Amino acid sequence: MADINIAEQDLHQEDGHHGHDDHHHGDKYQSSFVDRYVFSQDHKTIAKQFLITGMFWAVIGAGMSIIFRLQLGFPDSDMAWLQPLLGGWIEIDPVTGSGVLSPDFYYALVTMHGTILVFFVLTAGLSGTFSNLLIPLQVGARDMASPLMNMLSYWFFFLSGAIMFISLFLNTGPFSGGWTAYPPLSELPQASDGSKAGATLWIISLVFFVVSVLLGGINYITTILNMRTKGMHMFRMPLTIWAFLITAVLGLLSFPVLASGFFMVTFDRVLGTSFFLNEIYVAGEALTTRVGGSAILYQHLFWFLGHPEVYIIILPAMGIVSEVLSVHSRKPIFGYKAMVFSILAIAVLSFLVWAHHMYMSGMNPFIANIFVLFTLIIAVPSAVKVFNWIATIWGGNVRFNSALLFSIGFVSMFISGGLTGIFLGNSAIDIQQHDTYFVVAHFHIVMGVAAFFGMYAGIYHWFPRMYGRFMNETLGKIHFWGTLIGAYAVFGPMHYIGMAGVPRRYYKFDGFDAFSQFTEINQFITIAAIIVFVLQILFIINFFYSMYKGRRQTEMNPWGATTLEWTAPIDAGHGNWDGEIPEVHRWPYDLSRYEDREFVMQTEPLAEGEMDGGH
Amino acid sequence: MITEITGPKIKRIHPKKFALWMALVSMIMFFTALTSAYIVRKAAGNWYAFEIPKEFFLSGGVALVNSVLLHVAYRLYKERNYTIFKLLISLGFVLGVAFVVLQYLGWLALNGQGVYAQTNQSSSFFLILTLSHGLHVIGAITALMVSWIYAIRPSTTAWTEKRQLRLELTFTFWHFVDILWIYLLIFFWVQQ
Repeated sequence: MADINIAEQDLHQEDGHHGHDDHHHGDKYQSSFVDRYVFSQDHKTIAKQFLITGMFWAVIGAGMSIIFRLQLGFPDSDMAWLQPLLGGWIEIDPVTGSGVLSPDFYYALVTMHGTILVFFVLTAGLSGTFSNLLIPLQVGARDMASPLMNMLSYWFFFLSGAIMFISLFLNTGPFSGGWTAYPPLSELPQASDGSKAGATLWIISLVFFVVSVLLGGINYITTILNMRTKGMHMFRMPLTIWAFLITAVLGLLSFPVLASGFFMVTFDRVLGTSFFLNEIYVAGEALTTRVGGSAILYQHLFWFLGHPEVYIIILPAMGIVSEVLSVHSRKPIFGYKAMVFSILAIAVLSFLVWAHHMYMSGMNPFIANIFVLFTLIIAVPSAVKVFNWIATIWGGNVRFNSALLFSIGFVSMFISGGLTGIFLGNSAIDIQQHDTYFVVAHFHIVMGVAAFFGMYAGIYHWFPRMYGRFMNETLGKIHFWGTLIGAYAVFGPMHYIGMAGVPRRYYKFDGFDAFSQFTEINQFITIAAIIVFVLQILFIINFFYSMYKGRRQTEMNPWGATTLEWTAPIDAGHGNWDGEIPEVHRWPYDLSRYEDREFVMQTEPLAEGEMDGGH
Repeated sequence: MITEITGPKIKRIHPKKFALWMALVSMIMFFTALTSAYIVRKAAGNWYAFEIPKEFFLSGGVALVNSVLLHVAYRLYKERNYTIFKLLISLGFVLGVAFVVLQYLGWLALNGQGVYAQTNQSSSFFLILTLSHGLHVIGAITALMVSWIYAIRPSTTAWTEKRQLRLELTFTFWHFVDILWIYLLIFFWVQQ
């Protein structure tokens, strides 16, 4: 195995005849097909691996949501046609021949949808992709601090995914106790079929996932703090890099806590301890040997990760959106330092709000007061960011391309979802709203759809950097408008039925007089969800079509951006730059600041007497 | 007036060393979570107190001696004093293995007292913390084994910058697991 450090100095030591600066193709890290495309240590290839694996999981996770939305919208319809896909999970009536979705599998679908989307798509697929692609390119490094660890990060993610994928095919089904894996559902095999082997594989899979996040995060932080090019001070870093840095710090501090919770769950499952079990009755019999634990303790450990996880998902999207809005509005980001400090404030506060997920758990209600306070304070840095995004595009020479549209869509979603967060952050209002579709609508808009919009903005914007071609703009705009309208059509009505008290997690509502009146709304939501799903398939077709047939990138810096990733050759090999790593002389947002120049790249020295921007 | 400030290329600390420190931060979070859960659960009552067997205190002593030996070994290596360096790193390796054996004996002694993993949350927490720590020590032993092989093989004993870095990283991790054990021991002692 090659030396894992790709610091300039090491490369020179390895390469006696000519410096790495003169020659970057076919280096010692990627001499064969396997090294180049499979076990690649090039951050750009690893980024693509994360992205395409994330897309694979997004199709599965979203496909699952379509199946359970069919159940919620059309609970009495014949689902026999799904039997070739779902097999025994469609229960066929021997007399009528019509099929219904197994209630157990409904819960498995919901659990897997949450797990896959939160961890595999919006953590690995979003942060994994763009941190890998952009950190070395934008800070001016040949690669990550440890390319080997970076590669391992992807392959641990792959292993984690493979284990989760296998669990889908167990005859007792995948885990079905919710993506939060609360005990006792995650601990007692008697709880449900999904709590048997499915839960075991779920935990093993997520432990590997934590390993992947930590390996990646350590690398991201180290690279950003230690391997920036000459002149790249912290306050000359693009906001993407700030966002990835803080995301990695959040992951580093919170994922180990989740791991400790999983470790205790494993003890309870395997060794018969009772960390989280107390006064449990199984089939009317008390579990007298498993007492003294506390399920709420698990919830504390889980949400200590769970809430920062929300910001692990949304911060990279925020960073991407800041960059895309600025570049395509041809204006400097409004309030660069305010943006940085609001990221930092969000990060600190994200560790002080976890119990707002537990107001109704039986936790001491007086403790809730402090969590209400911090939760509402998060609105301040969030509002600063929203204001700055709007001020950035205000009066700009805006290019309404797919990347920019998705960025604006992100801001729209973030505002809509953020406002309902103010409702839910109040513990008194939460008494009414908890466990209703209001909560489902809130978090899907603010961290699901919004994060997806951020990811799409990033993909449309940096697609040329990844593949040397552009994505199709017409398809991109159809994708955007359809998804924007569709997402509001899906989650808008959920606020309404949630306020009317319709609870989450129910298999069907037609047996309840209070909720059966919402059948048509549920049908509307389901149809909208199917349309949105089809539009995402359109995006995937656009993605792969453009990879091979898209318009070729002819100039190195097609968007007129200022950052370093556009100074590397279009087909940059491992090591990124052919010659010396460029030096940085100015902040990253010199757009339309000079009368005679539309933009000035970071590599251009300051003129005599010129003040660097952003201060 | 030129406001441009371009200092030397930013590379204050070796990236691998920094990465190790980051990894240590994540480990600290892991143990902080477990010990916090311990305190919360203990406050809820129904807590079975048991005597910590002497083997665990003995392993605390072993950890301290080990850290001192490895620290001295590192100093000697930098001074190119290979003979005593080899002796000390070998001793450190033996002490590392002895530590794990003592932990195991400690648990046998607990079993002798009638304390098992399932007895009460107090013993469950004791197991999960000692086992988690033990797994980290086994990782440290593996790393030390690599450094030890490099140290005793004549062709790889001589000083190079890379070998010194390898030793520094290995020993830093050892100091961490040693100090962590002393912390856990004091924690158990105070809490029990």
